[in-house]
This record gives sequence, structure tokens and C-alpha cells, in this order.
Amino acid sequence: MSPLLSVENLTVDLQVSGTPRTVLRDVSFSVQEGQTVGLVGESGSGKSMTVRAVSRLLPDGARVSGRIRFADQEVLDLRGSALRRYRASDVAMIFQDPRAYTNPLRRIGDFLTESMVINDRVPRRRAERTAAGLLEEVGIPDPERRMRQYPHELSGGLLQRVMIAAAVAARPRLVLADEPTTALDVTTQAEVMRILIRMQREYGMAMMLITHDLDLAASVCDETIVLYAGEVVETQPTRSLHDDPLHPYTAALMQARPEIHQRAERLLAIPGSPTTAYEAPPGCSFAPRCRFAQDVCRTETPPIVPVGAGASRCLFAEELRGTLLDPLAPDAPEHLLPATAEVE
Amino acid sequence: MSAIATTSRATRRRPLRIWPTGLGAGGQVSLGVLVLVALMATVGPFLVAADPNAVDLSYAYEPPGRWFPLGTDASGRDLLARLVYGSRTALLGPLFVVLIATLLGTVLGLTAVWFGGWVDSLAVRFIDAVFAFPGILLAILAAALFGAGLTAAVLALSVAYLPYVARVVRSAALQERNLPYVAALRVQGLPGFAISARHILPNVAGLVVANATLCFGWALIDLAALSFIGFGVQPPTADWGAIVGGGLSGVLQGAPNEALFASALIVATVAAVNTLGDRLLTRSEATR
Repeated sequence: MSPLLSVENLTVDLQVSGTPRTVLRDVSFSVQEGQTVGLVGESGSGKSMTVRAVSRLLPDGARVSGRIRFADQEVLDLRGSALRRYRASDVAMIFQDPRAYTNPLRRIGDFLTESMVINDRVPRRRAERTAAGLLEEVGIPDPERRMRQYPHELSGGLLQRVMIAAAVAARPRLVLADEPTTALDVTTQAEVMRILIRMQREYGMAMMLITHDLDLAASVCDETIVLYAGEVVETQPTRSLHDDPLHPYTAALMQARPEIHQRAERLLAIPGSPTTAYEAPPGCSFAPRCRFAQDVCRTETPPIVPVGAGASRCLFAEELRGTLLDPLAPDAPEHLLPATAEVE
Repeated sequence: MSAIATTSRATRRRPLRIWPTGLGAGGQVSLGVLVLVALMATVGPFLVAADPNAVDLSYAYEPPGRWFPLGTDASGRDLLARLVYGSRTALLGPLFVVLIATLLGTVLGLTAVWFGGWVDSLAVRFIDAVFAFPGILLAILAAALFGAGLTAAVLALSVAYLPYVARVVRSAALQERNLPYVAALRVQGLPGFAISARHILPNVAGLVVANATLCFGWALIDLAALSFIGFGVQPPTADWGAIVGGGLSGVLQGAPNEALFASALIVATVAAVNTLGDRLLTRSEATR
């Protein structure tokens, strides 16, 4: 079965005050119909840029190479009304901060019905009934009253539910959710996430979920893609990702998170700070922070290679497999030591 | 209980406010002055009995008195009547300039921002090119081509003022376009026209109104100047600028009333318009 979305060798350069800066390098992945794919990584790793490229919302002056295929369409070649149709009916997007992503001057009802009325030529009355039904589906009581209100009159959680309702209104085949619960109160995060997942299942949509929360990704995603410095460093079915990470970065991310049922004396932070794609050193971009790094890691750029059920962009993925999560594992396994150590 | 009361208040329609708030004392006084001037132009002519164009040379340069509340001009025409009738051309001219320039300038600014790229570059070139021509010069050229008169002057000034409006709208819309909510609308597949007209325009409307108010003041001065030098409103039609021009000889002959009163009206109106425009600008920036 051909995938719903396939991204191949996507590279994106942004113009920052005249100089091109690489934000994504050679990113490839695919999303099947109805599948949930998590995009995980630190800030600046290129998560948002990836979904923005898919929805064609990259900033002006961005240079994009590679391919993005959605069903039978070449997304990067879409222009004018074809691009509008693709955005209107194929993909939908849910953003991190719903308040910034709504026009403060327009009512909720207006926001929900505008696309139906303009793009699908639905009569206003019917669009309003549909919108009210959607609001009820996302658990907003008294939808008629809410539709007459302005965004500032709704709480963040309610507004994010409105955004979810707006996203599913057009029955898209793919929802791009960019940290949909990060800006919300902890108490409403779970509720909003539950609604999003329920709507996704009900409408049979595929979803790309951006998050930096590995536990969240583990609980809802079929497949997880880990990004570092604008590169995919690991992809794996989420089931096995937790017990068997394939890339030292993924392992480090998992160890850096506090365990709720275990009192930790100190958390294992990843040494150094995250790099962006344009600052990445030669060789493996994670090498400066990697406790397993060898000399060769600083000179040779690792390709992404299949390992087990997934893929990893690490020169020693096979050798390190199984030892990555062991805090007592020797930082440089003996058989990986430089050749001089072996000559005796 | 109180929660119910608050929510029901929130959903009720806001009452329509006629008199704007948040303008400060200066803004309120200016608005008052402008309302009076507007009343003078609309209902004033019905209240003044005298004919503004009735010439009677035996009453030339009468000082203000019982029969002529503000005196007469060199031809013995009633000054009060001339000033009241003159307010019509003096205010209607700039009003049309502002309407045309604001309408076209807003469309140009929004179009440039939405399409960006070469459309935007072209619009910016056009704006810069028109900026190079002083409005008065353009109006004199138009008068030379189409003959002196209010219509030619208004059209020429409209063109001259268009870039001011377009530039302000363009820069405001450019900021607005990069706001996240516009991205959310684009990803819903809405066409550029709908986003520009239904979302960006309402958000820059405050600035457009404030800018239009300031333009009104400049246009009033420019049109008065054109009438003063004889390229605008043609005699015998009354107009403030033309009255100042006609009153110059009176100033030399010791009868300065004509030029003085008309100038005072121009100054008062323009000062009020500028103050109001300034306050509107501050208010629209405060709410952005």
C-alpha cells in the first residue's frame, strides 16, 4: 500500500537576514492512512519546520528541495487553487497556542464556518448547524452560545477544542498537530489530547503529532520519528522505542526525563546544548554530546540505516543496541576503542 | 449565581457607541470643533438668509455690524454667507480626496502584501515614484491639462495622497500577515481575498481611519492653497481658500476681515483634524 504522505530527502534553507540557514537536512519518512506518527525532538530540531513544509506554511524566502507526496499529489509543486484545495480538504493543522492562531476580532462561529461557506459553498445556516454539532462532539456544552463569543472569552482548553473542531470540519485525511497541548494547563492537557485522539479515530484521519514529551508519544503514536539538528536520527515503531532505542540521542532523551514512581537523586541531563542544523559540526551532529562518541563520529557523517524494526543514524547502531539505556554501560565499549588499544 | 450573570453579560451584544471614547480631552474638543464645522457645511446654508454671490458695490468692505454679521468683501458680498457656503467646497473637496485615496491606497497596500514578490516590488516602486511629486505640483499639472476647477484638483490630489495611505496600510498589513492567525487561516485553504478583506483589513482599520483623518487635514490645506492661487475652486463660487485669496487686496486696504476669518476657519479645522488624527493614531496603536 502506498503511503498517504511520503517525504523524501526534504532539505529546507531559511533566509535569515540574507544568509541561508539550513533547518532541515535530508528528512525522509512516510505516514500511512489512519496512522499516528510522533515527531520528537528538542526545540530547534526542525519538528515544526517539517510539518510546516507539509502544509506549505514555510516562511517567505525558504528554499526547499526534496519531495513531499500526498496521495497522488506533489505537494511542493502545488500552486494557486490546487494548493488551496489541498489545504482546505486534505490536511488540517492544530497549533500550539490557540489564542495566537485565532483572529481576536472574529467570533468563534465565524471561525468555524468561514471555510465551509467560502470553500465548500455550504449555506451559512447549514454550516452553523454543522459547526454546533462539531463543538458538541469535542465536548463543548451550549455550542450556540459559544459560537457567538470571541476567542478572548474562552479558556485555552476550550479554544483548543474549537481548533480541533475546526480541523476536523473539512474531514481532512491528515491532521498536523504541532504541540497541541503544550500551552494548556496540565489539568486540561489530558482531556484535550483524549478528544483529539477520539476525533482522529472517529474520522479515520492520519495524524502527525509534534511533541517533546516522549511519554505522550509513547501512549498515542504508532511510529515515532526522532529529530536532532534538522535530521531524522531514529524512526521506530513506538512499541519497541521505549525498551530498545536505536540512537544514543533517543536513549539520552529517555534518561533525561524524571520517573514519577522513583525518587531520583539527580536527573541525567544531556551534556552540552542542542544544536540547530546550521551550527551542526561535521560528522555526526550529536557526537559532541554523545557519551559513546568515537573519533570517527566527528569526521564521518553517518547515513540512516535500517536496524531491527526501525532505522538509526548512528555509525554504531548495531554494536550499541541494547546497551544504550544502561547507565553503567562503559562509555566507550571495548571493541569500539581506537585501533591502537588493540595492538599488543 | 454570579457566574451565570457574567456569562450572560458577555454574550449580549455591545451597545452601539456613537461618540468615540479614549481620545483624551484634546481629542474630544477637536471632535466637537469638527462637528460644528460639519453642521456649518450641512445645515448652515439653510440658516443664512443672505445670497453669498449677491454683489452690491455700495456696501464694499463694510465692517461687521447689524446687517452684515461679519462684514462684506470688496464686492459687497455678505462674508458670513460666503464663509458658510464656502465651507461646503472647502470640506467636500478633501472628503473626496480622502475617500478616493483611502479606498485605492488600501486596496493597493493589501494587494501588495498578499501577493508579495514582484507585485509588492512594483507597488513599492509606484509608491516611491508618486511620492516624488508634490501634491500641489500634480494638481497644477492636472489643471493645466484639464482646466482649473475643483474636480481636476481633487482627482490629482487623490493620486498624490494614494501612496501615503498605501504605505501605511502596506506596513501594517505586512506585520499582520505574519501573525500566527493568518497562518491558521491559510492552512484552512481560504483564498487571499477573503483573508485580506475579512481578517487583515478589520485589524488595520483603526490605523486606516486615523491616517485618513490626518490626510483630510493635509488635503484641506492643499485644496485651499490651490483655490488661493486660482487653480482650484473658480469664482464666484465661495470657498475658504478662494476667500483668503480674494481678501488679500483687502488686507492692503485696511479691511483684513475677509482673509482673516477664512484663514481662522481653515486653521481651526485643520488643527482639530490633526489633533483628532493624532489621538486616533495613538488609540489604534494602543489597541494593537
